Amino acid sequence: MSTNPASPSGLPPSEPARPRGLLARLHLDLPLLTGLLLLCGFGLVVLYSASGQEMAQVERQLMRLGIAFGVLFALAQIHPHTLRRWSPWLYLAGVAMLALVLAMGVVGKGAQRWLDLGFMRFQPSELVKLATPMMIAWYLSARSLPPTWKQLAVSLALILLPVLLIARQPDLGTAILVAASGLFVLFLAGMSWRLIAGLGVAAAAAAPVLWHFMRDYQRKRVLTFMNPESDPLGAGYHIIQSKIAIGSGGIYGKGWLNGTQSQLEFLPERHTDFIFAVLGEEFGLVGAGILLLLYLFVILRGLQIAAQAQDSYSRLLAGALVLVFFVYLFVNTGMVSGLLPVVGVPLPLVSYGGTSLVTLLAGFGMLMSIHTHRKLLPK
Amino acid sequence: MNTGFELKDYRREGRLFNRRALAAGVGVVLALAGIFGRLVYLQVMKHDHFTTLAQDNRVKLIPLPPTRGLIYDRDGRLLAYNRPAFNLEVVPEKAGNLEETLNRLATLVELRPADLERFQRLRRQHRRFESIPVKLDISDEEAALFAVNQHQFPGVSIRARLTRTYPQGAVLSHVLGYVGRISLEDLKRIDPSNYAGTTYIGKTGVERAYEETLHGQVGFQQVEVNALGKTVRVLKETPPRPGRSLRLHLDSRLQRVALEAFGDYNGAAVALDPRNGGVLALVSKPGYDPNPFVEGINSKAYKALRSDPDKPLFNRALKGTYPPGSTIKPFMGLAGLELGIITPRTRRYCPGFFQLPGHDHKYRDWKKGGHGMTDLDKAITESCDVFFYQLAHETGIDRLQGYLEQFRFGERTGIDLLGEQRGIRPSREWKRRRYNQVWFPGETVIIGIGQGSFQATPLQLAAATAAIANGGHYFEPRLVAELVDESTGARTPVPAADHPIPIRNEADWQEIRKAMIHVVEGAHGTARRIRSDRYRIAGKTGTAQVFSVAQDAEYNEEEVARHMRDHALFIAYAPVEEPKIAVAVIVENGGHGGATAAPIARKIMDAWLLDEPAERSEAPSVPTGESR
Repeated sequence: MSTNPASPSGLPPSEPARPRGLLARLHLDLPLLTGLLLLCGFGLVVLYSASGQEMAQVERQLMRLGIAFGVLFALAQIHPHTLRRWSPWLYLAGVAMLALVLAMGVVGKGAQRWLDLGFMRFQPSELVKLATPMMIAWYLSARSLPPTWKQLAVSLALILLPVLLIARQPDLGTAILVAASGLFVLFLAGMSWRLIAGLGVAAAAAAPVLWHFMRDYQRKRVLTFMNPESDPLGAGYHIIQSKIAIGSGGIYGKGWLNGTQSQLEFLPERHTDFIFAVLGEEFGLVGAGILLLLYLFVILRGLQIAAQAQDSYSRLLAGALVLVFFVYLFVNTGMVSGLLPVVGVPLPLVSYGGTSLVTLLAGFGMLMSIHTHRKLLPK
Repeated sequence: MNTGFELKDYRREGRLFNRRALAAGVGVVLALAGIFGRLVYLQVMKHDHFTTLAQDNRVKLIPLPPTRGLIYDRDGRLLAYNRPAFNLEVVPEKAGNLEETLNRLATLVELRPADLERFQRLRRQHRRFESIPVKLDISDEEAALFAVNQHQFPGVSIRARLTRTYPQGAVLSHVLGYVGRISLEDLKRIDPSNYAGTTYIGKTGVERAYEETLHGQVGFQQVEVNALGKTVRVLKETPPRPGRSLRLHLDSRLQRVALEAFGDYNGAAVALDPRNGGVLALVSKPGYDPNPFVEGINSKAYKALRSDPDKPLFNRALKGTYPPGSTIKPFMGLAGLELGIITPRTRRYCPGFFQLPGHDHKYRDWKKGGHGMTDLDKAITESCDVFFYQLAHETGIDRLQGYLEQFRFGERTGIDLLGEQRGIRPSREWKRRRYNQVWFPGETVIIGIGQGSFQATPLQLAAATAAIANGGHYFEPRLVAELVDESTGARTPVPAADHPIPIRNEADWQEIRKAMIHVVEGAHGTARRIRSDRYRIAGKTGTAQVFSVAQDAEYNEEEVARHMRDHALFIAYAPVEEPKIAVAVIVENGGHGGATAAPIARKIMDAWLLDEPAERSEAPSVPTGESR
């Protein structure tokens, strides 16, 4: 499929030369890596407090970070062209495994999200998070941009297939992230603004239909989001306690390990999805602001890398991956601060847990690969 | 747009992408600014609000109930104390399915129907989230068995309680009263915050009258709790101030002697110290055991007490009103002397009856043939009715009742108990108010011998007698001598208010006291059989008619059913030289005062004045420094 004889002559002369030095040889981007390490480090500090000062949890998280950075490093070595070739196969494999998981779930009479590989549990939805934007980028980059109506329709179908399979698991949070990843590719590919607006209207119109297909607990979450006080001991408890934690933190926070909401366990899921509330309580507006700035730096650097990429596939994939990272951040902080409904999306790189960590850093690995394999155009 | 498969326009695509990436970047910045704005709203603008909520979350106030004060008698014998006991208790609000919980509990510990009945009764009137006992005083084995299975029983726990206990039982029931669980009714008269965590409240008797003193002041513990409600640490503690103990004037030994002196009779006896109004004994027979009331008596036992014809729950000494009969005569005589109607030398002829001028009706004397020529001394000693008929008539109801008011007949004595009855001191005013009728002169005549509508309580008689004994000091009777702070040992005396009775002529009082001595010591004295060789007694017998005897009819004690018989009364004080005890005794259906009531009074006075060591050592006593 390498129909792309992209020549160096297509590049603007002002383009910086290929980065040199050790990091470059290792296909790593220093600013991005620094940002990611700072985020993860900050995350570990908060996690120690959020886990009730349990060093064991911090150590486990550190191990996961090690594995995830290993994956990042590995993917950074793989040339974008190779990634592109893999794209459709990864997508097909991901969708197939999603179907398999769903089928097993039906047989096992319960929600199931993972495949037991014997030595580890593998969540196909995590693979799909990466494979879907790769697939759409692969599909669109082979054609002239902006995409035609027909290409858009095909792309939407390609996005919808895994999204529906994941929503059936049911895992609303992941479904949203996968849908976002695909749609971001379409957006970056130049899908017309009018169409975007049209899709928005269609989505609003589809809300009642979506409501109809929602599980009870999902409906309850939405209702609770609208009015948390309606169920202060049940579903609303999360939001109420999390708002109390953040609000009582004030500008400078109560100090590390001194958050009453988190240390006395009033805050549920404080080391996973609600870790941002712990940060807000103990480090205040200042701490939360610093974290948001770090995220902003990583995202903007990611977008810059995307803009500097040399081919459509790389650009679309890099941009989409960065924006999905942003969606993680926005959905989580929005949820924890009571702006968005409670959906199970972790705070990227900070929340305790391994699967999303690996996926996210794998994505950043691809970004680094895209950035560090420029100019040297093989084949 | 693009046609066919010509070369892709890389530059154009690049520019398109860059525009989109820029748009996305702007979107990202705006969205994160939105999140930051939300944080500013929560953490800066609403900071105080959420700080309060966080504080409410973590800080809980736990009430620390004070320990209830003890009650001692004058010699330091414990009359009411708090016994530690382990109860199996349930908080119904936390137990979920209550019936199912109880059924499962019954498989672990034996639950008797009485236990369940009490539980259900307490549950009906319990306060929210109050712990209610299912089984009292569980054994160590049961406690251990339950402890192992406790996790299966949310809301059920073993609680160490201090159970109020009255070791003397029925002997002091009408004095001490009892405590019980706080009812919704009780909540109306207390400050609920001071009773947070308190189980018992005084319901009757001293327990009720001195509730505030005995209860003490609640303390609080400010604790930090986690989301599970478990205490993490204590932030601040205000210790409770335990209730103060009470030391009574009452001698529980004397009380027991007085009670036993009644034998098979019912009635009441009050013994006061004429020097200070202290209540030495206060008996109302029959009594009842107050202990079952503490955790709530079961309805069957309560019904039995309520329907008992002897009315064990009724405090006769305080609430029983009886015609004082001839025991009123010393007071009538004093009124005659002090008001100048008669002198000690005034003599009247007693033909055995009295007639109002111009009336046929004969007011009979108890002695058929009459007493002949009678002066005041003889009239009191032999209890001549005619002398007092005439005296009352001559004095007139207005002056008579005015004088008796000073002895507080028809008024509350002011004893430190609740529910005292006033009795009736008849007057024109009273009759108009009560019956809206005018006063008839004939009514004045029978008031002269303490009959008619005249009603007095044994307590009133005792207090009035004490005032004669001590020369005109009407002390409000006091059960409690002093309040004792157990932690510091500090004692606060409880003074008795003195209502002095004006004395016109000391000799008048002396005359009455002399006559009362003759009642016991005179050859014709109506109480001559109780005369003692070891100390001198002054007294007066009385008989209160239970039903009226028809004109000219004979009254035969033997033929009248016991409950129709007259009540026997006796008032006395001793020793006459320096009175240390004043007594009023009423024996219901006891017949003549001199026969049944006077011997009981004698036993009480003997026990008090002669101090029999054999009996005194019966109960263990704690020296208190107070001695008689």
